[in-house]
Formats: sequence, structure tokens, C-alpha cells
Amino acid sequence: MAETAVKVEESAASVEGFRSVAADWSQDKQAYPVPWGKVMMWIFLLSDTFIFSCFLTSYMNVRMSTTEPWPNTSEVFALTVGGAHIPLLLIAIMTMILITSSGTMAMAVNMGYRRDRKRTAALMFATAALGLSFVGMQAFEWTKLIVEEGVRPWANPMGAEQFGASFFMITGFHGLHVTGGVVYLSVVAFRVLNGFYDRKGTYETVEVAGLYWHFVDLVWVFIFAFFYLW
Amino acid sequence: MDHAVTHESHGAGAGHGSAAGHGEGGQQHPIKIYVSIWILLFVLSAFSYMVDYFQLQGYLRWTLILIFMILKAGFIIAIFMHVAWERLALKLTILVPPLTLLVLIALMAIEGDYTFLTRLASFVR
Repeated sequence: MAETAVKVEESAASVEGFRSVAADWSQDKQAYPVPWGKVMMWIFLLSDTFIFSCFLTSYMNVRMSTTEPWPNTSEVFALTVGGAHIPLLLIAIMTMILITSSGTMAMAVNMGYRRDRKRTAALMFATAALGLSFVGMQAFEWTKLIVEEGVRPWANPMGAEQFGASFFMITGFHGLHVTGGVVYLSVVAFRVLNGFYDRKGTYETVEVAGLYWHFVDLVWVFIFAFFYLW
Repeated sequence: MDHAVTHESHGAGAGHGSAAGHGEGGQQHPIKIYVSIWILLFVLSAFSYMVDYFQLQGYLRWTLILIFMILKAGFIIAIFMHVAWERLALKLTILVPPLTLLVLIALMAIEGDYTFLTRLASFVR
């Protein structure tokens, strides 16, 4: 009896394509042969995908339906550096910072599976620090928009009021995710450093934390394209 | 009883070690892949910034923005989030449900268009 079960599972592992889906679902065992933490994170990220998609879709809807002119984001988020006026510079820097942090996180996951405790922790702290600088720049961006431009969630002197509502909602929710991610990564990094995952015998938590961080970067890709560049 | 025990330990253990790129320690891939994707993401981001910097307009602008966005998103999901190496059952769970969003987007686009025309017809002097 036991041998039959083993045989069934081995044959399931060797088939590819849709047959492997049928095999995974029809076996008398867990459907996803990956750590449960990873599956749960993916389910959470899936729900988050729907939340951010709802925000971006509602932004599309209000931008399509307004009769007021939409502010030129290229000008609104421009910076003047040394007398030179560079459009959208702040957002470009924030994008580069987030991509850099995604890279360091990917390296941290890799080092984690190599059981390199110190490098994993260092790379994760670097990721968290980059995330923190991202939030800092966002705070600067918000301050500029609120104090100098007079934009509010319900008002916008530059044109369509919906700009304020969409901007604060979308970037605010994303910023909240980054802030949460910084805390999450710091906690995991401290645990890496004190050898918690060495004692546990697996570094998969680092990969799960990495999934969350890459998702935050992924959401920014869409916000950058649709809100800032469109 | 014997059956259940074997089954349990097998399901949680190294039985799937050979499946779809899972080594003993999970997702283990050469650093070279990560570095090249990292550089690629920088280049793609620079390109999408250039679209704005050189003030390209109209369909060219939107096409380029969407192309760079989809490429960046694809690389992040496939390589950084390791989806390319996951089993198809997990891939489908992750990638298929968001397709329903296309219905929402289509509905809201129609709705936005309708609201815009109604405003033009009734409220704008």
C-alpha cells in the first residue's frame, strides 16, 4: 500500500504541463509542493493585486470621466537641480531606488539558500534602508504637493480634483506597503543575524519576505507607468 | 496507518526535490541570472523615463510605456519572484485569477466614457 503511494507521487513529479496540474490536484496530499508559507504569501499577494488593481482602475475611470484638465505629472514632479529644470526627476530616482532594493533582496534570498548568514542579513538591511529612503522621498513629494501646490484629496488648484484623490490614495497605499515591508524585512533580517533560521534548518522565510518586497516593486512599475508617465 | 505515515512524510519531505528546479534548499539559481535581470530592469526603467524626458506623445508614448511596463513586470515576476521555476499548479493559481480584472477594466472604461459624455452634454457650459 505504502509503495503504491510512493509510486503515484513519483509519477506525478515526472509529468509536465497540464498533466502535472491534474496530478498535483488529484493526489491525496497537499496540492502545492512548496513550503506553506510561500503559498500563503502568494494568496495574500493575489488579494493585494486586486486591491491595487481596483485603485488603478478607479483612477482610470475618474481620469476618463473628468471634464477638467489633468495636471501634467511631468511638470508637477519636476525638480530643479543646480538651475537645471529636470522633469519627473524625483520619481525617476524613486524608481531606481526601488529597483536597486529589489536587486539586493534577490541577492539576499540567494545568499540565504547558500546559508551565508552575515551576507543575507546585510543585504536585507540594505534593502530595508533603501525602502526607508524611498518612503522619505515620498514624504518629501507629499509635502511639496500639499504645502507648495495646495493639492488635497478633495481639491486641486492645477485642474481636475480627482488628481488629488487618486494620487493620495494610490501612492499612500503603496507607501504604506513599503513602510510595512521595511519593518517586516528588518524583523526577518534580525532573525537571520541571530541564527534563528539556522536553528530552524531552512531559510525559506527569507524567500517569502522577498516575494513581498518584489511585489511592492512590481506595484510601483504599474503606478510609475499609469500614474506618472501616462 | 503505514500508508498514511509514508504519505505524510513523503509529501512534506524531499520527494519533490527534483521537481521543477527545487533543490534541497528551495530556489537556488546562479547569481549571474539575478545580476543580468537587475541591469535589464535599470535599462528598461531608464528607457521609460526617456519616453517622458523627450516628451514623446500620442500612441507612440502609450505603446512604449506599456511595452517597458510589461517587460519589467514580467522579469520581476518570472525571475525575482521565481515564478518561472514554480510548478504549473502554483503558476496557474497566481496568474489566472488576475485576468478577471480585464472585465473590470473594460466595464470601468465604458462607464468612464459614458460619464464623460453625460457631463459634456448636461453639466459643462
